[in-house]
Amino acid sequence: MSSRIGRLRRAAILAVVGLGLGAGLSSAEEPPVQKQYIPLLTYRVGAYASSGIPIWAGIIDYFTYLNEAEGGINGVKLFWDECETEWGVEKGVECYERVKGGKDGSPVPILWPHSDPIGKALTEKAAADKIPLVTLNYGRTEAVDGRVFPYSFPVVLSFYSEASTAINFIAQKVGGKDKLKGLKIATVYHDSPYGKETQPALDLLAKTYGFENIQIPVAHPGNDQSAQWGRIRQLKPDWVFLRGWGVMTPVAVKTAAKTGFPVDHIIGGIWSSSEEDVRPAGAVGKGYLAITTYPAGADFPIHDKIRRFVIDTGKSNLQDKKSFGSVYYNSGIVDAIILTEAIRTAQGKFGHRAINGEEARWGLEHLDITDQRIDEIGATGLQPTLELSLSDHEGGGIARVIQWDGAKWSTVSDWIQADRDLLRPLILERAAAYAREKGITPRSDADSTN
Amino acid sequence: MDFFLETLVGGLLAGVMYALVAIGFVLIYKASGVFNFAQGSMVLCAALTFVTLRDKGLDFWSAGLVTLVVMVALGVAIERVVLRPLVNQPQITLFMATLGLSFVIEGVAQILMGASVHELDLGVVDVPVEVGPIQISQFDLVAAGVAGALVIGLSIFFSATRIGVSLRAIADDPQAALSIGIRLQTLWRIVWGVAGFVALVAGLLWGARQGVQFSLTFVVLKALPVLLIGGFTSIAGAIVGGLIVGAADSLAEIYIGPLLGGSVSTWFAYVLAVVFLLIRPAGLFGERAIERV
Repeated sequence: MSSRIGRLRRAAILAVVGLGLGAGLSSAEEPPVQKQYIPLLTYRVGAYASSGIPIWAGIIDYFTYLNEAEGGINGVKLFWDECETEWGVEKGVECYERVKGGKDGSPVPILWPHSDPIGKALTEKAAADKIPLVTLNYGRTEAVDGRVFPYSFPVVLSFYSEASTAINFIAQKVGGKDKLKGLKIATVYHDSPYGKETQPALDLLAKTYGFENIQIPVAHPGNDQSAQWGRIRQLKPDWVFLRGWGVMTPVAVKTAAKTGFPVDHIIGGIWSSSEEDVRPAGAVGKGYLAITTYPAGADFPIHDKIRRFVIDTGKSNLQDKKSFGSVYYNSGIVDAIILTEAIRTAQGKFGHRAINGEEARWGLEHLDITDQRIDEIGATGLQPTLELSLSDHEGGGIARVIQWDGAKWSTVSDWIQADRDLLRPLILERAAAYAREKGITPRSDADSTN
Repeated sequence: MDFFLETLVGGLLAGVMYALVAIGFVLIYKASGVFNFAQGSMVLCAALTFVTLRDKGLDFWSAGLVTLVVMVALGVAIERVVLRPLVNQPQITLFMATLGLSFVIEGVAQILMGASVHELDLGVVDVPVEVGPIQISQFDLVAAGVAGALVIGLSIFFSATRIGVSLRAIADDPQAALSIGIRLQTLWRIVWGVAGFVALVAGLLWGARQGVQFSLTFVVLKALPVLLIGGFTSIAGAIVGGLIVGAADSLAEIYIGPLLGGSVSTWFAYVLAVVFLLIRPAGLFGERAIERV
């Protein structure tokens, strides 16, 4: 009997120890995920492939540099895969559905739609799935109000700020904002929601500064603009603000030249500011100006690091090495810096592990890329400082102006600040209208700590 | 009035550029009754091949010659591999085959030659020429001259050569043409080869105008109303249709667009084409089908 009791006791002890070990083993089997998945929605084929290919190269090269030189972000290595959208909404949404669940145990921290229409189509889905959409220099302008759009981040330069920096650059050239009065400024725009996005901002700026605001649409794709530039010749504006996309920009530059409009009085918008936009225009593109937040050039310190750890070791994603340091390649680097710094910020609160969308949103809303941090990264002059908050998902609102010399871009202005205070009421009004339409209760500042 | 005249002339010259693409469609349709949706892709392929060869160091004429060989070979291969096996299939089957072909050509061309945007310099200085009170684009004048030469050359080819007469016979009545010994497949190969040449000319001019890039395929969208207005079987009709579309498009953009608060050029040419179709279903110069019932 006693031996039976003894056996039972030993069995009970073994069971308890076993359970304990089991529990211990169980927790040991699920360590924090130490690699971070970043899905890339790409357009390597189709009408806009020439723009996309260098962007992904910049992004992937920066990720590779971080993994190779710094061991990832605080020891969490990055891994990624691509889903081809051809810049189309249907494929973009399909890709989003495919990647939103994460991969190999890592959630999706942030998603780049890399297309204005895809970004707009995903706004509500991403908010429901708690995945932040980061749209560098594009996206819904009203999403600057993060109280209404918690998961949309049109970072650095919204379309309103783009228009404002262009006007402020003209003001610099003519000797001050008071000299804008009486000027004729024509906006030649891609006739699409993207192209029309700056119209309310330009209306307000025209009323404020007293310039004449002329709007001239160009139908997609814009491969014949003789009528539009004939009208420009008739109206004789002092400056043209060119908000193009794709083939529209080089055709505009060529048509301007053949109608006698001075090319150095055309200021391209942020999506008319790459080598691909102006190179096809040939010699007549010389003098063309454009707004950018990521100037061209391969002599920034970050390029030296990428050259050493990625290009020279044969690990670059860049097929055409001539694009190293191009505007689009550099935009990829800036995109990657913002994303990885947001993850780094989130890791500071949630731990050095893979970050999910909700945590990344916190990281984005507490992102503060200071001059010192930009210097550490090696991106001084390449990227402006960026401080985001719950109520400000744009951050910068500043840009530089570059000029095409026939072979390459040169930076011809310092960082120019948009009139954000003037434009903000317009943005809040649009955000409030969206909130009313969708029945959204805007977040309060107290939510920023959560 | 000067502005109206300048807009009109600019539009007419732009229309010639659309007509250049439309001629490629007409050639194929005239000889085989196939609406070749891949013509736009052939324009892209030609321009891309030319600039790639130039980038490799070939001089202008050598690059042009090699591209011509490539385009003729492509045309012949399309006829042999895609269309010949589909002989006697319904028209919609042939149309769908060329639709699929357009995606294949675009994809393969970009895989082989890259998706970068290229500048194409034909050595034509594009500065405005003052003609009285109006300005005319020098480049557009050259393009109009090339289009005119092409039309004259093709007209002579179709009317004064044995091959041309055979092609007209096939277009009129394929069965009768076959019964008198005309070799249909040989002639189809020739026509596809000529369409490749026309694609090269259009690709060079459009490429010089806007840069060589994927969007060259979009010029097809404007060639369609040109065909509807001019007729699918007439080269002269393609030119006249191009002039009508170009002029109407430019004038509508200036005088109707502002009234509607946006650009009208994506759809105005199609409205015009529908109006023409209602009045002349075969187009201005198209052959009306008369069938015994």
